[in-house]
Amino acid sequence: MLKRTALYASHQQLGGKLIEFGGWEMPVQYTSITDEHQAVRTAAGLFDISHMGEVTVSGANAEAFLNAVLTNDIRKLAPGEGQYTLMCNERGGVVDDLYAYRLAPEIYLLIINASRIEPDVAWLQAQAAKFGGDLKLTDASHNYAAIAVQGPAVKDFINAVIPGASTSAMRVNAVTELKKNQVGGFKFENHNVLVSRTGYTGEDGFEIVGSDESIIHLWASLLAAGKPFGLKPAGLGARDTLRTEVCYPLYGHELDENTTPIEAGVGFFVSLDKGEFNGRSVLAEQKASGVKKKLVAFKMAEKSAPPRPHYPIWINGVSVGQVVSGTQSPTLGIGIGLAYVPAELAKPGTPVEIEIRGKRAAAITVPKPFYKKA
Amino acid sequence: MSTVPTDSKYAKSHEWIRVSGDTGTVGITDHAQHELTDIVFVELPAVGRKLKAGEASAVVESVKTASDIYAPVSGEIIEINPAIVDNPALVNTEPHTGGWFYKIKLSNPAELGALLSPADYEKQIAG
Repeated sequence: MLKRTALYASHQQLGGKLIEFGGWEMPVQYTSITDEHQAVRTAAGLFDISHMGEVTVSGANAEAFLNAVLTNDIRKLAPGEGQYTLMCNERGGVVDDLYAYRLAPEIYLLIINASRIEPDVAWLQAQAAKFGGDLKLTDASHNYAAIAVQGPAVKDFINAVIPGASTSAMRVNAVTELKKNQVGGFKFENHNVLVSRTGYTGEDGFEIVGSDESIIHLWASLLAAGKPFGLKPAGLGARDTLRTEVCYPLYGHELDENTTPIEAGVGFFVSLDKGEFNGRSVLAEQKASGVKKKLVAFKMAEKSAPPRPHYPIWINGVSVGQVVSGTQSPTLGIGIGLAYVPAELAKPGTPVEIEIRGKRAAAITVPKPFYKKA
Repeated sequence: MSTVPTDSKYAKSHEWIRVSGDTGTVGITDHAQHELTDIVFVELPAVGRKLKAGEASAVVESVKTASDIYAPVSGEIIEINPAIVDNPALVNTEPHTGGWFYKIKLSNPAELGALLSPADYEKQIAG
């Protein structure tokens, strides 16, 4: 029996095509992936992200603990700020990538991938038990629903839906006064919701966490308020094409327990000078001496079927790796993808071939990202 | 509501064939294109290829997946449609007309008897 989010009935009402994702029954699209993708790039799209996990970490030892289990420097966060970060095992392999928010001096909220809730919570609890001190860790995933509203038009209607100043975390007079990566507690109808200026699409937008009831109402209100601005409900299909265009990693594709953040090209979010953390020695070595495999972005150089995960990538007549993410880019109109190749072959501008159903099609590696918002 | 033209016969796997003499024009149904949406690429068989009924004859790629298109009857490919190679979205917009895939010379016209009538195909897609 697949799990359903609080918005399941809303998806059915909207005619969403439901598929299985990470144990959840989620909409892959409502009308068409391309339409929903274009809506986010030109106007706005609304995503159900309730399947994602939420973990609260609090106490006097919370900061020190999180700094020891996450790769980014959590000490940089003032209350009301968040950061992208990763959680590594002792080999530097990625347990998960996530967002960490500091809601109050000693209260943190972690937003983790839906497919990794169980291993993440188990990992964090084991680490916390070893760390000790004034530290409380709670898996609050079943308490929350969440949505993402993304696109250049969002700032034109969101204040009307969630009016007024924030009441906790970052203090601002309106939702749109939140800066990138800031998070504030706001009142929506008679509920408290957390709004962050973050997203997974490469466009401006917000992600909102709240109780099931608040999110169901907020979904409906946003759809109504956003419709005149071009807002469309958008599914996991568009979520994937959007994040691939901006080269954001997806756990299980670019990241896994046998791949390090350095290999995946997100070493920027690994802070080596903040003190000891899980995987530090391996990552320090990789930053100093280099890695064996590297993530490259490529685009098809000829008209072809789209590249897809697991398709072999060939360089100079040798099969050297596999595609980890690939799709037809709605914005660029050509196949794009990400693949791991030997580090010495990872320079942008390298001609490569993608094997599609036994035939090799020409492609070329390019600098990341494929798309930058206007 | 999917269109089901009455001048064609249908395979359970959602291909249509419109026969004229000993030649059939083959494509995928309105129902099939509606399920796939966003067709971005079509791989067609080579002219001259000989196919058996039910054999994978072409591939349609949407944003999310690749789908095999099966030959509704046995025969030889005598013509393919360059329009859908240039503009795969034509399969979504004109599945029964401009979005045709290929023309096949039937080697065994009796096989047409095994295909679904328009009424039977409508019943199948009504679920």
